[in-house]
Amino acid sequence: MTLQEPTNSKSISIVVAGSGGAGAMTTGNTLFDSAAKLGWHGSLTRTLGPQIRGGEAAALLRLTSEPNTGPDDYYQVMLAIDWKNVERFAPEIPLRPDSLIICDSGAGDVPEVIAQSGAKIVQFPIAKAAKKVKKGRPNMVALGILAHLTNIPEVLISETLGQKLGAKGDQVLQTSLATVAIGRELAADMKVLASIETEPLKKGDHWIISGNQAAGLGALNGGIRFVAAYPITPATEVLEWLAPALPEVGGVLVQAEDELSSINMIIGSSYGGVPALTATSGPGLALMIESLGLAVAAEVPLVVVNVMRGGPSTGIPTKSEQSDLNIAVYGLHGDAPHLVLAPLSVEDCLFCLQWSVYLAEAMQVPAIVLSDQMMGQARAVISRPTPHDMVAKREVAHDPGDNYQRYAVTESGISPMSIPGIDGGQYTADGLEHSPSGLPSSQTEHHAEQMDKRLRKLTRFDYADHWADISGDGQLAIITWGSTTSAAQEAVARLQQNGVHAKLIALRLITPAQPGKMAAALIGIDKIMVIEQSHSAQLFGFLKAHYEFSASIKTFHRPGPLVIRPGEIVNQIQEWS
Amino acid sequence: MIDMISCEQIAPKTSPWSATDYKSKLKPIWCPGCGDFSVLMAVTKAMEALQLAPKDLAVVSGIGCSSRIPAYTSCYGFHGVHGRSLPVAAGLKAARPDLTVLCTGGDGDGFSIGGNHFMHACRRNLDITYVVMDNQVYGMTKGQASPTTAPDWDNPLTPGGTGISPFFPLVIALAAGANFLARGFSGDPEGTAHIIKQAIEYPGFSFVHVLSPCVTYRPEQKEWRNMVRPSPVEATTDSARAARRLMTDDGFNIGVLFRGDRQPFNLHHGASKAASSYDFGAQFEI
Ligand SMILES: Cc1ncc(C[n+]2csc(CCOP(=O)(O)OP(=O)(O)O)c2C)c(N)n1
Ligand code: SF4
Ligand SMILES: [Mg+2]
Repeated sequence: MTLQEPTNSKSISIVVAGSGGAGAMTTGNTLFDSAAKLGWHGSLTRTLGPQIRGGEAAALLRLTSEPNTGPDDYYQVMLAIDWKNVERFAPEIPLRPDSLIICDSGAGDVPEVIAQSGAKIVQFPIAKAAKKVKKGRPNMVALGILAHLTNIPEVLISETLGQKLGAKGDQVLQTSLATVAIGRELAADMKVLASIETEPLKKGDHWIISGNQAAGLGALNGGIRFVAAYPITPATEVLEWLAPALPEVGGVLVQAEDELSSINMIIGSSYGGVPALTATSGPGLALMIESLGLAVAAEVPLVVVNVMRGGPSTGIPTKSEQSDLNIAVYGLHGDAPHLVLAPLSVEDCLFCLQWSVYLAEAMQVPAIVLSDQMMGQARAVISRPTPHDMVAKREVAHDPGDNYQRYAVTESGISPMSIPGIDGGQYTADGLEHSPSGLPSSQTEHHAEQMDKRLRKLTRFDYADHWADISGDGQLAIITWGSTTSAAQEAVARLQQNGVHAKLIALRLITPAQPGKMAAALIGIDKIMVIEQSHSAQLFGFLKAHYEFSASIKTFHRPGPLVIRPGEIVNQIQEWS
Repeated sequence: MIDMISCEQIAPKTSPWSATDYKSKLKPIWCPGCGDFSVLMAVTKAMEALQLAPKDLAVVSGIGCSSRIPAYTSCYGFHGVHGRSLPVAAGLKAARPDLTVLCTGGDGDGFSIGGNHFMHACRRNLDITYVVMDNQVYGMTKGQASPTTAPDWDNPLTPGGTGISPFFPLVIALAAGANFLARGFSGDPEGTAHIIKQAIEYPGFSFVHVLSPCVTYRPEQKEWRNMVRPSPVEATTDSARAARRLMTDDGFNIGVLFRGDRQPFNLHHGASKAASSYDFGAQFEI
């Protein structure tokens, strides 16, 4: 059986590539923003060479008529402003014989790795045509060509460019628009590849936001008011978004000297009663691990957003991989129960962070939130999010009485926390094992009772149905997480159209595991496929260790940076059926 | 100030606080004769002199014999991991500028594993007081060399000595930008209390380097009693002069040595607001 793409929705994937300074990203971003004004959904990611500034870059866009921030199987259009080093991206840019390669007739031969796709090649004198306008740039010609192919009207391009150029002024805008018009003329004879008719959008109906920005906003909405951090790719945008936003709500961001410091600064803030967060990536998370154990033992709530990149070590800083699950779950020494969560999409970064702050504060425990480069740095169109009212609500010992016990053994496992300034609530927060009153203790009973309590507060908590997003139904289930979720969603939809029914379980709560809820979700399932972007199948290993499965279970996994595409998932499932 | 989880405001105590009011009932684990007993006494006496309510005082430390101090006070305490006391203190002070934050620890904790934080705490110049009990040894792990140990001090881990020159914490603190520098001696708790009091009162980052003998692993340090002397000169405000003095003194001049004029790090907290009252969404609208 060959599968048809869902017919009721439209989708076009476009790559704009070029060497340093060619302006491929500007072309991609302008096209994307203009398309969004027209009512398109979709997302834009980028892939870069290793240079800090000005290396080859490619904007990877997908425009969809329905909300969808995941990748397609291939790119229908590749526009190369030039070919310098662009072949480095070839594996990340799947093309097919029905794809279209548009390039500059003066830029030389199409590199073999790209041409071998069999895609149709159309050449235009892009650079030469740009010269017709004084100071005209080839990337604006490219924009004109793509605007024609996607049927995006000039007014929207003009509006977007106007917003982007801002202070640079009218002169530059006029030059750009004249160059864009030349691109349109060049492509005038080509068939329009995708167009969309929608009701005119009301301002604010849709947002364009990146996962990293959404994480920052979610954290703020959850009640985070203190951030300390050390810059690291691809997490820095979380921090750069929060830096000016925090003072607007009475908060503050401090740049720390390293991650050992940033994690301890947020511990200090949270101990002082101010909900706190840091954002980092693998190398930084590794440095924070000892102090995360301290936060578990001393019961100091906090949130660490870890935007995953290729590892180990420095790995591939600019590209995505889902390979920090093990360190997040198992990295801490001793038995140290804590929360590990993972947003499922750009949009979910907003909810997941807000929820994480809420959970961490409610249970006085650190939460590690595993986002990834793919969703963190993607710009996506999302519908205006509905606000959630979950905010940090810590159980505070406002009236500690005469014999306050900071680590009182309670049924819920949660002990009211005193905050500096509360009279009579003085105690010493300690990483040493302690008695209920907080005094250091190496006694067997204290250790056992405090360990039980620290675990109990997590296992007894009601995570409602937020632990996973579950959709579809059938005898086969896909379990996945993070940014692989959108590809899996699309795969399930495609299978459905062809009469194959599958259930999708996308995990938002990694630890504590939810075996009861999982078992309920798996009733009637006889096959489970676990899908992830990790060389050693970390999620698969985790699931097998923490859940019991009676169905037969299989893994489909590979390391980053290649994204897992919906068609691959469809093939895997068809082969197994 | 930051939107913190609200604290009860209680009327101030009418009778004055005494030094013992700042002590907890917990019995120190220290060896009899350890210098840290006197430093604890000096800290509580300084608090008495300042008449600050224990509820508004936070004592933060790392790991080591000396780092046990927080739980021996009746203040809010934080006993964190080895070497990271200064970041905890910084986060607490940055988020809660209303609190008086005292950071304490040993030479290993502060200058070796936490050495990077030490430099950056001086540089950042938050209004924190850092009291280091220097015994030129790792007491807690039973007698290894620290960054302030002489190169020829024989011990089981580095037999014959480390062969490495010691580190001069006051010089480093000055170069890194600390705003107040002093040296104390645990054998003189009154004098040390007076120094700590001034350090707490002084704006910005204050560093008090206290010679505090380890009678168990460095019994020869009992001789320090006969070696210390009050600093022959008044504290200077001139960092070049302070540098010269600190580079040339023998480590036994006791007293306030430098008072700087750097502005303490001032974080601009906006007015506290619930996120719902601010529309961060507008910037994302298409
Ligand atoms: C990460 C880590 N490494 C090593 C240790 C072991 N350790 C505990 S205290 C200490 C040295 C303490 O020396 P110092 O700070 O001078 O304190 P003192 O005991 O001399 O007062 C060491 C190495 C630890 N607790 N944590
Ligand atoms: S080992 Fe040394 S520093 Fe530690 S308590 Fe004993 S005397 Fe004090
Ligand atoms: Mg020591």
